Amino acid sequence: MARKIGDVIVDLQNISLRFGGVKALTDISFNVREHEVRSIIGPNGAGKSSMLNVINGVYHPQEGQIFFKGALRKKMEPHEAAEQGIARTFQNIALFKGMTVLDNIMTGRNLKMKCNFLQHALYWGAAQREEIAHRIKVEEVIEFLEIQDIRKTPVGRLPYGLQKRVELARALAAEPHILLLDEPMAGMNVEEKQDMCRFILDVNDHYGTTIVLIEHDMGVVMDISDRVVVLDYGKKIGDGEPDEVKNNPEVIKAYLGTSH
Amino acid sequence: MSDARGTAADAASLDTFPRLLMQHARQRPSRPAMREKEYGIWQTYTWAEVADKVRAIAGGLAALGFRRGDRLAVVGDNRPRLYWSVAACQCLGGIPVMMYQDAVAQEMAYVMQDAEIRFACVEDQEQVDKMLEIQGGLPLLEHVIYDDARGLRHYDQPFLHGLDEVVELGTAHAGAHPDFIDREIDKGSPDDVSVMLYTSGTTGKPKGVCQSHSAFIAAARGGCSFDKLSDQDDILSYLPMAWVGDHLFSYAQALVAGFTINCPESGETVMNDLREIGPTYYFAPPRVFENLLTQVMIRMEDASPIKRKLFHHFMDVAKRCGADILDGKSVSGGDRLQYWLGKLFIYGPLKNVLGMSRVRVAYTAGAAIGPDLFRLYRSIGINLKQLYGQTETCAYVCLQPDGQIKLDSVGTPAPNVEVKLADNGEILVRGPMLLKAYYKRPDATAESINAEGYFMTGDAGFFDEDGHLKIIDRAKDVGKLTGGGMFAPNYIENKLKFFQHIKEVVCFGNQRDFVTAFVNIDLEAVGNWAERKGMAYAGYTDLASQPQVYELIRECIEQVNADLASDPNMSESQIKRFLVLHKELDADDGELTRTRKVRRNFVAEKYAVLIDALYAGKTSQYIETQVTYEDGRSNKVSAELVIADAKTFPPQPRKAA
Repeated sequence: MARKIGDVIVDLQNISLRFGGVKALTDISFNVREHEVRSIIGPNGAGKSSMLNVINGVYHPQEGQIFFKGALRKKMEPHEAAEQGIARTFQNIALFKGMTVLDNIMTGRNLKMKCNFLQHALYWGAAQREEIAHRIKVEEVIEFLEIQDIRKTPVGRLPYGLQKRVELARALAAEPHILLLDEPMAGMNVEEKQDMCRFILDVNDHYGTTIVLIEHDMGVVMDISDRVVVLDYGKKIGDGEPDEVKNNPEVIKAYLGTSH
Repeated sequence: MSDARGTAADAASLDTFPRLLMQHARQRPSRPAMREKEYGIWQTYTWAEVADKVRAIAGGLAALGFRRGDRLAVVGDNRPRLYWSVAACQCLGGIPVMMYQDAVAQEMAYVMQDAEIRFACVEDQEQVDKMLEIQGGLPLLEHVIYDDARGLRHYDQPFLHGLDEVVELGTAHAGAHPDFIDREIDKGSPDDVSVMLYTSGTTGKPKGVCQSHSAFIAAARGGCSFDKLSDQDDILSYLPMAWVGDHLFSYAQALVAGFTINCPESGETVMNDLREIGPTYYFAPPRVFENLLTQVMIRMEDASPIKRKLFHHFMDVAKRCGADILDGKSVSGGDRLQYWLGKLFIYGPLKNVLGMSRVRVAYTAGAAIGPDLFRLYRSIGINLKQLYGQTETCAYVCLQPDGQIKLDSVGTPAPNVEVKLADNGEILVRGPMLLKAYYKRPDATAESINAEGYFMTGDAGFFDEDGHLKIIDRAKDVGKLTGGGMFAPNYIENKLKFFQHIKEVVCFGNQRDFVTAFVNIDLEAVGNWAERKGMAYAGYTDLASQPQVYELIRECIEQVNADLASDPNMSESQIKRFLVLHKELDADDGELTRTRKVRRNFVAEKYAVLIDALYAGKTSQYIETQVTYEDGRSNKVSAELVIADAKTFPPQPRKAA
């Protein structure tokens, strides 16, 4: 394998997150290495999405520390996480339905645009140059994800599987170091899942993007992940390479129940 | 330029494609030679740039060990860089072998073995994977060059090269041997084989047709002068590069006339790209024209009643007088006014939607086009014409002259082409555009060219009173019914295929008492129709077996029967019984050729039980068939097929037309 897995890029230590009296996450530690595909799995309500929200700064854990690229991370807001190169997609698609695919993906470049609102409204000089430079990046992503034919189609008219791909495109347009994917394959048929898997692996391979993935389809998870962390009731019950996790008795118990 | 021959500008020395290319680079260096949509924006390559790139690729090929007479397999969608590789190969005196990009690996293996390929230039990972799959059986294959590096980063086979790497090799090579390419171009002779195109193999294994530079250039010059094509024209190149039509229109004619080739972004975006480019010169097989129209008709049926009424009213006007106006015949003032209004409201916008606003000349060929379909395009002001030709004749035998369009003929013999009929009605042609030989098949070459030098096309036809050639069918397909009447299956099938609900038909009747047919419904059109009727269906097989669908198809067949009854030659060929097939005929299952023509004998053999059932008078028949999906997996489809009867009509004298 040519792809080299690098050093730890995100290190989560003893994270606990509570909403009032509800413990969403309890004392969870795991890390993500650069360039790897890291999956988070677990039954419904295990705290997977909360975990992603902790990583990109939506939730602030009451206990525990997060090291990002070796430095201790202070309490931060999601846009700061985005500026540091963390992009994500959502479990339920969060695109602008009335806008075209192209415009939606352009919003992924928003943080990188330097000109102000007025300059953009006039679309002259620097603003124009900036827009063109960003459009080139966006077009690269469009080609990469093979959605040229729907470039000008309003997102609301697209089938679900393609909307998911557009969302991935928007996240990619931000040129992230880390891409957080919350159930990118939920509700897809086998063929769409295969396509999505290929795109995720291509992104990982071509751009070297680190990928953190939540997914319920075990086949997919075991096929594409380098390492898997398993959560159950907000606790970590397994962590390791797919084969290791698959044979972990705790994990089997959580998924299949125990024999009595 | 280093050599007298290389700089000579007179037409006589422009007798090979590389010389033509270099001439354009000198004469119109900054005119656009090619456009390609990349990253959503049309990129232009001028003739000078193209010539430079071609030189670089040629140098790179030479550096890799490509020698005069070597064959270069070219596989992929219409990409400028693949066209450049073709030209580069010809600069070195090599022979490009064009292969269909959608062929499965095993089909490619046959051609690659037959053509003894050492070098292949392919488009992308998909094609590289096919090459890797079959290279074990191809000991001669030395180098595989790819255009698009996407997904190929971890392929470390030493024989794989990116085209960029080849270009770099070429630049280095040019530094060491500055005159090399020009000298190689000068060594070329017009009688050299310029390209090998494989026949689609409707019968037996594909054969490599070797065409010389002079043949293709003669065909291209003839066509360009016939339709007055100039360097101002634009064409959209989207048909397979391996097809003779694309090679003639997008390569040979472009190099002769110097017009611009436009490559679409991808297969899915062709419709959009067509609209953006607005070509002046357009080519499509009848199937494409048919699909375009089906889509428009489906959308029209969902339009508001006022729009629908307007549409139908003006389409009737167009039907009445549109074709005559296009041909410059006299038309009454009232009709002219109506047509003018129609142009404003309907035809203009419709042409724009179709991407044909600027079309000056459009051609169709490859299969007979339904007369009604043909008339419709002409009636809205698109100068759609038919031509006739084969791979063996550079797709250049007959052309329809402007203003003398007949719906059911393919026009008059093209400049410098002689056409005559054999005693059995077979069409024979002679001229500068004939093939040199079938590759390594002297037997087949001898069989297809007779003692007087005529190529035997295998098509049956006749000349009408104005000297226009009319094609009936493949000569070997034309049979006889036991009652003595002529049975021309294609003729009947084409009539049926014009109905929007019917996608494909195969008729049987040779040495039988009556004619029967297999029908494939058009899933899009019939599905839409079913939706509007509120019918539930689970997929093609289910929809095809619905009694209402049978009723729909029966109506189409009976209309055709009525039409056939009025033709004294054909009145016995009315379809008595038919069935709707449970699966679509598919090239992956070997039922269609890669150019999507029905392989009649194969279908007859595969579905022999069905034919027996049709003639045994059964009312239904069970069938189980293997189907192959695009990714190579296969599955079984089974169904109990209903066999239905259709009404036939007594022969009637033809009404005065």
